[in-house]
Amino acid sequence: MLLSLMIFVPLLGMIVVLLLPRESEELIKRVTLFFTFVPLLLAVYLFVSYDRGSSGTQYELDVAWISAFNIRYHIGIDGLSVTLLLLTALLGPICVLASWRNIEKGLKAYMALFLLLETGMLGFFAALDLFLFYVFFELTLLPMYFLIGVWGGPRREYAAIKFFLYTLFGSVLMLVAMIAVYLKSGPAGARTFDIPTLITLASTAGHALADQNFQIWVFLGFFIGFAVKVPIFPFHTWLPDAHVEAPTAISVILAGILLKMGTYGLVRVNMAMLPQGMDFFCNGLGTWGNSLALLGFINIVYGSFCALAQTDFKKLVAYSSIGHMGFVILGLSARNEAGVTGAILQMFNHGVISAMLFLLVGVLYDRAHHREINGFGGLGSRMPIYTGITTLAFMASLGLPGLSGFVGEALSLLGAYDKFKMLTILSTIGIVVGAAYFLWTLQRVFLGKLNPKYESMPEINGREILTLVPLGILTIVLGIWPGFAIEMFSESVTKLVDTVNALANL
Amino acid sequence: MEALKNIESLLYFSPEILLVVFAVAVIILDLVVKNRESVAVAYLSLLGLGCVFGAVLFTHASLGSNESISLFLGMIRLDRFAIFFKIILLLATAATILFSLRSEELDAQLKGEYYALLLAVTLGMFLMASSTNLLMIFISLETVSLTSYILAGFLTHSPRSSEAAFKYITYGAVASGTMLFGLSLLFGMTGTGDLGQISAKLTEMFNAGDVYPLAVLVSITFILAGVGYKIASVPFHMWSPDVYEGAPIPITAFLSVASKSAGFALFIRFFYSGFGSSELMQSVDWTLMLAVVSALTMTVGNLAALPQRNVKRLLAYSSIAHGGYLLMGGVLLTAEGIGAILFYLVVYLFMNLGAFYVVVLIANEVGSEMIEGYRGLSSRAPLVAGAMAIFLFSLTGIPPFAGFFGKWVLFTAVIDKGLYWLAFVGLLNSVVSLYYYARIVKAMYLESTEDTETERVSFSTGTFALLSVFVVPTVLIGFLNIFYTFSNIALQP
Repeated sequence: MLLSLMIFVPLLGMIVVLLLPRESEELIKRVTLFFTFVPLLLAVYLFVSYDRGSSGTQYELDVAWISAFNIRYHIGIDGLSVTLLLLTALLGPICVLASWRNIEKGLKAYMALFLLLETGMLGFFAALDLFLFYVFFELTLLPMYFLIGVWGGPRREYAAIKFFLYTLFGSVLMLVAMIAVYLKSGPAGARTFDIPTLITLASTAGHALADQNFQIWVFLGFFIGFAVKVPIFPFHTWLPDAHVEAPTAISVILAGILLKMGTYGLVRVNMAMLPQGMDFFCNGLGTWGNSLALLGFINIVYGSFCALAQTDFKKLVAYSSIGHMGFVILGLSARNEAGVTGAILQMFNHGVISAMLFLLVGVLYDRAHHREINGFGGLGSRMPIYTGITTLAFMASLGLPGLSGFVGEALSLLGAYDKFKMLTILSTIGIVVGAAYFLWTLQRVFLGKLNPKYESMPEINGREILTLVPLGILTIVLGIWPGFAIEMFSESVTKLVDTVNALANL
Repeated sequence: MEALKNIESLLYFSPEILLVVFAVAVIILDLVVKNRESVAVAYLSLLGLGCVFGAVLFTHASLGSNESISLFLGMIRLDRFAIFFKIILLLATAATILFSLRSEELDAQLKGEYYALLLAVTLGMFLMASSTNLLMIFISLETVSLTSYILAGFLTHSPRSSEAAFKYITYGAVASGTMLFGLSLLFGMTGTGDLGQISAKLTEMFNAGDVYPLAVLVSITFILAGVGYKIASVPFHMWSPDVYEGAPIPITAFLSVASKSAGFALFIRFFYSGFGSSELMQSVDWTLMLAVVSALTMTVGNLAALPQRNVKRLLAYSSIAHGGYLLMGGVLLTAEGIGAILFYLVVYLFMNLGAFYVVVLIANEVGSEMIEGYRGLSSRAPLVAGAMAIFLFSLTGIPPFAGFFGKWVLFTAVIDKGLYWLAFVGLLNSVVSLYYYARIVKAMYLESTEDTETERVSFSTGTFALLSVFVVPTVLIGFLNIFYTFSNIALQP
């Protein structure tokens, strides 16, 4: 019940916002802030009260919905989902604050769509019924299309439709896979979408779902659906466009949450439900070896080198996201405890750090109205606080020990090294290049002589600091004490890894 | 159950009788009323539809626990399947009349004829949904076709409309001629016109080795041409874009929904109840043939819709594509497949009529059917733009709108029979369709008008009420359990 409340409070907020007069902008902003703050409080409560010693599903709710297809409204949380729910709920109010001043038209519609988006994201991370999972997954598409398309930059129309088409293409493949799983789950009348049930069935020797050939095809369908979202290498081209055109807060959501929906899906469905399909792509392709890890490696190196070549600040951060998501793929493909723990931690950390980076880019853009890295210079003397926070975010992102980015990447690499040494060693190129582009950017924007154009550049203001401080604190806390997050999902991960490894050899 | 004799049948025929009565009454009222601007005939037609609806419910009640009742010595049949389609058709006709009331393109001089023809075409469609005899099938089809030709050409001052009517007639004549030839072959082989008896007879002859399967194949393919023309499936779809573009908008909406529904009713009754169980049918790979037609129909419809700038024409092509999706359910000849068609028809009724209603409104206000006319609609008429966006996304099949659930049911039925390739084609088509539907959304939301900045267009309360009649089901149908039970009323093979 608590979980449902958390999912649907933003939807209620959307209705309330739609009923408010469009002129009273201050009121709309405050109401939206309130309706994103309630899920945050609930998420914190869930996070604290979650029983860390158990690997089972908690706060479960399971009621019939469309009985003709045995579709159920089944939600619940485990360690992985509660972590991502907290991240989503945290970024909600931060994004509302980040949109406080820079939405120039249609504020009411913007806030309403944002609240709808939040319901979609929260529901996605809590859904335990495959159909419900898909509906929430798709529910994020429409608001995102409008948020980029209406409030975005100059090429927003192109970016919005590209995002929409890519994601829809991925999700229709996922839809076929989902229907196939449903139809194989039993004889007519006894079919199910229930994810826990499906996981059990897929591990029952002799069941149609446990057939490796079947799992391979279904795996591909789901994988492409999620890979577009992550995005994994050949499906990534929508991301830089979408990020560059999207308004700041939407970039934050895109990098912070939507990308995690892809990797979360990979863990929840591809890994847990289709272990033999996963096994095939991890070591069944002969000379290709671990094709999943190879994709992770390509993401890391390709994303980092692309980032190095960018002169647009936001595009740089966007490509760095592609690189960092590669560590998640690499960690998952190791299928051991260190790798999966690292991958999940990296999901959370990247959510926090990339949110910070996009917020920081937004702060600069609001003042200078451009994002050309070479067009700044010496801002460090003019905006010391801003420079400090940016340095913190950069250091966290490039993986400086003591800050959160390091732990996730290190654990992913540690897990991966156990399984495939060469790829792991080569992947560290990404970290080196990452350090290079962040430090180079730092130098070009903040050091050197102050660009005379920006002599009167105002320092970062209180509201902006307010959006960044919670995230900054998290990067430091998680860097020093990663157990704070790891203990949330370590039981779930152990259980997952054990089942997956037992099943892979079924 | 024995077929009822003519007089006994009349009671169960009351909806059709009432349609005739009101069609005549509309003509008489039109003669009596002097004021040419009066809309009394439209309201009389609506009243008529209301009475017919009551009669349909009455026939449903009198069906009682019977599966079906055969009327007029086996010419037509009353069953839940027919009643389902009658309700769909009534809703579509009522919506068309309401659209026509708003539409400013219709000739005030010809109101009486217009509404009388609408009632007449509804009568023909009622018969299409319930015929079980070859002769009756052909007569009902012709009733619908002939009246549709006139309605398509109703804008007497518009050359486009006349062209539409002419094209419609030319194609229609060829299609019905071909179909008639197929029907006569079938009659010649079996010596009976009754669908049930034909099926039994063919099986008997087939087992005795008395029939050439090729002859049956040819005859059924010819009949398919007639049905395919009504549901605008490839390769019999060529008429529909021109007709849809030229006809008055309410008639376009009517043709794309009601005519298609009636065509599917006929298709299902003919193939499913007539031949589905016959062993002869299983000697030819109908599934593959229909699957190819279905895949081609949706692909051609969607690809042709991509470059369209005229929204009416775009929706015409999109409705061809939707015919293809619907046909996916018919490919299977299973109760789930038919149930999926029925479900999708209900969804399609609301979302497609809704989209056409917005086209009517915009044509009135802006005077344009082109996409450019939709520019900046989100600021000029936010509610109408919002409704249109919902209809278009539902047509694309994006959750949480009903169109998604409709497609979901269809795809599940298709994949259940192992036709993965068809499901893939269908889903890729959905992605393609997003591109052109989103172009309208883009014009409404992402582009702003330079000249008519924030000049708001106001609509009456009645407009919004009618709009919500389409919006609410388009949003809600998918979430309600009751709509998923249509496979129960689908015909038993």
